[in-house]
Amino acid sequence: MISKTIDKYLVELAEIHRFVMRFFREVFVGPFEFKEIIRQCYEIGVKSLPLISLTGFIIGVVFTKQSRPSLADFGAQAMLPALIAIAVIRALAPLVTALIAAGKVGSQIGAELGSMKVSEQIEAMEVSGTNPFKFLVVSRVVATSIMIPVLMFYTAFVALMGAQMNIAQNEATTITVFFTEVFDAITFRDVFSSLIKSFVFGFTIGIVGCFQGYTSSKGTEGVGRAANWAVVMSMFLIFIEELLIVQILQLIPQ
Amino acid sequence: MKKVKEFIKYDEPVITIRDLYKSFGDLHILRGVNLDLYQGENLVVLGRSGTGKSVLIKIIVGLLQADSGLVEVLGHSLKDIPVKDLQALRLKVGFSFQSSALYDSMTVRENLEFPLVRVNRHLTRKEINTAVTTVLEAVDLLQSIDQMPSELSGGQRKRIGIARTLILQPQIMLYDEPTAGLDPITCIEINKLINEVQDRFKTSSIIITHDLACAKSVGDRIVMLLDGTFERQGNFNDIFDTDDPRVKPFRDYNFIE
Repeated sequence: MISKTIDKYLVELAEIHRFVMRFFREVFVGPFEFKEIIRQCYEIGVKSLPLISLTGFIIGVVFTKQSRPSLADFGAQAMLPALIAIAVIRALAPLVTALIAAGKVGSQIGAELGSMKVSEQIEAMEVSGTNPFKFLVVSRVVATSIMIPVLMFYTAFVALMGAQMNIAQNEATTITVFFTEVFDAITFRDVFSSLIKSFVFGFTIGIVGCFQGYTSSKGTEGVGRAANWAVVMSMFLIFIEELLIVQILQLIPQ
Repeated sequence: MKKVKEFIKYDEPVITIRDLYKSFGDLHILRGVNLDLYQGENLVVLGRSGTGKSVLIKIIVGLLQADSGLVEVLGHSLKDIPVKDLQALRLKVGFSFQSSALYDSMTVRENLEFPLVRVNRHLTRKEINTAVTTVLEAVDLLQSIDQMPSELSGGQRKRIGIARTLILQPQIMLYDEPTAGLDPITCIEINKLINEVQDRFKTSSIIITHDLACAKSVGDRIVMLLDGTFERQGNFNDIFDTDDPRVKPFRDYNFIE
């Protein structure tokens, strides 16, 4: 029983490895599906904006509200913009964007490819002169890898706007002063590390969603399972990657 | 019974299968299948559900690998065939899926254009439009060109699925259960379409079915898959002139005299 479970786990690991390697083999070789990549960028980026806007704004407001009392104990409310800027740019924006995208985009990719698989649409592409892997998988993974970093910057901006609104109400700080302090606090390294993180998160969300959908089986039950696992596995990997990337970036000298 | 077509060349096989074996775990599906499909003929493969009929045609297009045996399509053996050659060969073999397998997110026009523009990336807009119109006229569904697959009936979806394979001008057509789940009138229309495709495009076809009316209407030759091999071959009467308990229920159930 235990041996069977280990076997199954190792086989799945080998399949994931093969899937990722196939992506890297095909992503740089033409013909390229530019039109599909742009369509996916729209689906992933533009259609996620309402959710990202709302979540980012609330995070900005709530984080500012929760941080104020701690700083007030030391009479350091003036440090709020700097504190929020560092927290949002370094950690909150990449993580929140990735988690929301894992839920929204990852599940959508898993379910879409899963249903295409069970309704023989992927096989239909294969027998009619199309490379379904390139059309379905490569385009989606490239799109998530591009759009999650873009969405991350947008989340950071919206969260900072939320924070600014709260600070303006309580500390009477103008928007110019607020953003001057924000840009004084963050460094190129902060922005760059968030960009790297978002890129890795985007790739993870895309490849996990595609793997779950593309390899799904067992009919409609498999479609549900693919969507579910796309979210669960992406979220788990995002936290692991966050931890690893922070450790690695700290090794680089200032 | 179907009339004999003069253009069928019974000395020119386009698909040759010898001693084909395929298992899934302990389940031995195909056990030494031998088959020839000749130039221009409609060959019907009959058999119970789960006997490996669909597995057979999926092996022919390389979607599944045989465990052993010879499969030759248009003179090319599928054993160890390079991916590029397999892809080129698949363009000459049209596959009509049981579920139609239309792309849900695309209109009928986009479904038809999808394989065409990927196979030939230098076509002009005018050439693409002409090809799409021609195949839609062939399946009598030009009026559905801008509809989504979800707006089509089961029979219309089957027709569009057939049109999508015809747009690449295949030499061989493989139909997987073309009349499954359709009402009798639509079944008659689909049978007529299969015969029209044979006459107009001179394709050689394998039709997988357990619908005897379909088999009688479209088949120039019929084979029956029993216990993993083709034990019975011939015309409709040859197949059913027997008291074999594995064959008789087919005829009794379909009420065909």
